[in-house]
Amino acid sequence: MPGLKQRAIELYGWFERRIGLAGPITEAAEHPVPSSSASWWYVFGSAAAVILVMQIVTGILLALVYTPSAGEAWNSLQFLNHDLLLGWFLRALHGWGSNFMIAIVLIHMTQVFLFGAFKFPRELTWIVGVFLLLMTLGMAFTGQVLRFDQDAYWGLGIGTSIAGRVPFIGAPLVHLVLGGPIIGGTTLSRFFALHVFVIPGILLGCVALHLWMVLHLGINEWPMPGRLVRKSTYVQEYASITHKTGIPFVPDAAWKDAVFAAAIILAIIASALFFGPIGPSGPPDPTIIQTAPKPDMVFLWLYALLAYLPPKLETPFLLIVPVLVIGGLVLLPLVAGEGEKHWSRRPVAVLMVMMIAVSLGALTRLATYVPWSPIMDAWSGDPVPPKFLERRTPLEHQGALVFQEKQCRNCHALDGVGGMRGPELDAVATRLTEDQLIRQVLQGGGNMPAYGSALSPPETTALVRFLETLNGNRIPARDPSRVLIRKSETVLKPHNESLTSASQ
Amino acid sequence: MKIAILLNGIVGVFLAIPIIGYLLGPLLKKDSSYNYWTPLGSLDQFPVGETRLANYHNPVGVAWDGQTGTIPCWVRCVATGKFQVFAINCAHLGCPVRWFPQSKLFMCPCHGGVYYQDGARASGPPLRGLFQYSYKIAGDQLMIKAGELPTLSTQASVAKPEHSPCQG
Repeated sequence: MPGLKQRAIELYGWFERRIGLAGPITEAAEHPVPSSSASWWYVFGSAAAVILVMQIVTGILLALVYTPSAGEAWNSLQFLNHDLLLGWFLRALHGWGSNFMIAIVLIHMTQVFLFGAFKFPRELTWIVGVFLLLMTLGMAFTGQVLRFDQDAYWGLGIGTSIAGRVPFIGAPLVHLVLGGPIIGGTTLSRFFALHVFVIPGILLGCVALHLWMVLHLGINEWPMPGRLVRKSTYVQEYASITHKTGIPFVPDAAWKDAVFAAAIILAIIASALFFGPIGPSGPPDPTIIQTAPKPDMVFLWLYALLAYLPPKLETPFLLIVPVLVIGGLVLLPLVAGEGEKHWSRRPVAVLMVMMIAVSLGALTRLATYVPWSPIMDAWSGDPVPPKFLERRTPLEHQGALVFQEKQCRNCHALDGVGGMRGPELDAVATRLTEDQLIRQVLQGGGNMPAYGSALSPPETTALVRFLETLNGNRIPARDPSRVLIRKSETVLKPHNESLTSASQ
Repeated sequence: MKIAILLNGIVGVFLAIPIIGYLLGPLLKKDSSYNYWTPLGSLDQFPVGETRLANYHNPVGVAWDGQTGTIPCWVRCVATGKFQVFAINCAHLGCPVRWFPQSKLFMCPCHGGVYYQDGARASGPPLRGLFQYSYKIAGDQLMIKAGELPTLSTQASVAKPEHSPCQG
């Protein structure tokens, strides 16, 4: 056996003499890192790199079968999902890998920001990281398009509608994105090229640069309150920390990265197994208009934002804010390259992270139940709850029919069921008087269309009678002038019906 | 060495011009060449006073468009020989609007844009009414000028509807 071992060493020596990489690789692996940096907080970057490798491998495997043709892409996904052994699992791994990738990249970015790692001399590492984030989002969007289904088709429509808002170059931009004047065969082909060649190529180049800079400059030390970064002294201070407390990256620090990466890959596998592949939804057939397109989870916040922004602010917002945000992120290390690193001394930084996280979280949550979208089949699918129909006159029943038939329910809920675009109407009669109801129905306003041309006078009367019964067992709203008139009528005709029953 | 750099520069430019031309090809067409008169169906499919869904085949498509080559639109026959042909795409972000004949409204499922029967904006985030195709009648066929995805900046053939905010 010693002979065999000797042979193996000789063989290794033969290759190493010609390649000569073992030395630099070992040196890089064993380079000293501050012992404080061998922390569980420092594992996210390497986890993102591991997911990237998984995405590349699963992506290549999917490309063995996927057909990047507008006419066949959807069918090839169905084939992957249903006909090919474990095709569904590979699709699920790639889809969930994408979700985890974005989550980990965002966590990594937050950690790096809160630990002040973007400060001197690691400014460029951060800036390259910002581009990596943008390219990760680019991969998510182009990947969503490659899942050439209904959502992808209309998602492209949304994307180009945004591009079409750019002043002066809007039209050419739309044509450039779509590869022609309209969504079709050339569109999918160019998104395939972007997703498989262009963005991954740039992404890998940036990852290499990002990693090289981490090695070259050393990993950020654990920040200490009061230990300020100064360009004149930092390099020396870092060298002394590494010298005093340094431990070899492999294995003393890297084992945590390895354990976390394994846990993340395991989580992706588990998600893939439990939740299965993401889509495809219906075929990319624009003639099927019974659809409510929705973007993937990563872009849900944007979908929500576009519902809540005042319409006139949308275009400026869409065009200016991304430039400001990206510009801000790129300039951050150049503006704040020195000073305090520790989060406890950077309240604005902590507050910003919290604010952004809460905003994105809240918008994403809202987009899961889209309160701003009319429920297109509520008028025919959700009957008026019986409690609103008991002890009602025929006219009021007729009004309930009008209420359903004219699609009011698509935007207005009754008893919690129906659209949330407009207010729930369970107790509308306590808010609006008869006259106000008539005016609102006929003329619209406050984001409600006018129904004047869609309602005949008898329909309007019936509808308003029905709406007046929706008082939630509280006192209905009354017009004071009406009350006065009724009072005077009561005085004049004491045998008339009472005021309460009159207003019912 | 300088000559070598110059030579490579010249070759580079020669190579770059066709590459850039190829990439920007979709932009260099004139707007008019995107849209062609396309048949939508015979006139008797569109009764007066009704708004109906019609499909046309994308005149500027390619053979591998698949299902994306057939595009829907809403046809409103206002009076005999008088039509309004609305793009399916909401003027907000391009989602497919649906027609509800009972309430005489187009509603968008995405962000709740609503339009009246004449395409005018009724409520929600859209800044304008529905996009309209130019139409003409050839024999018993209704033709529209189509080919380009209507967005706020690509409306070469897409006329703005007359604005009539108050229907009451």
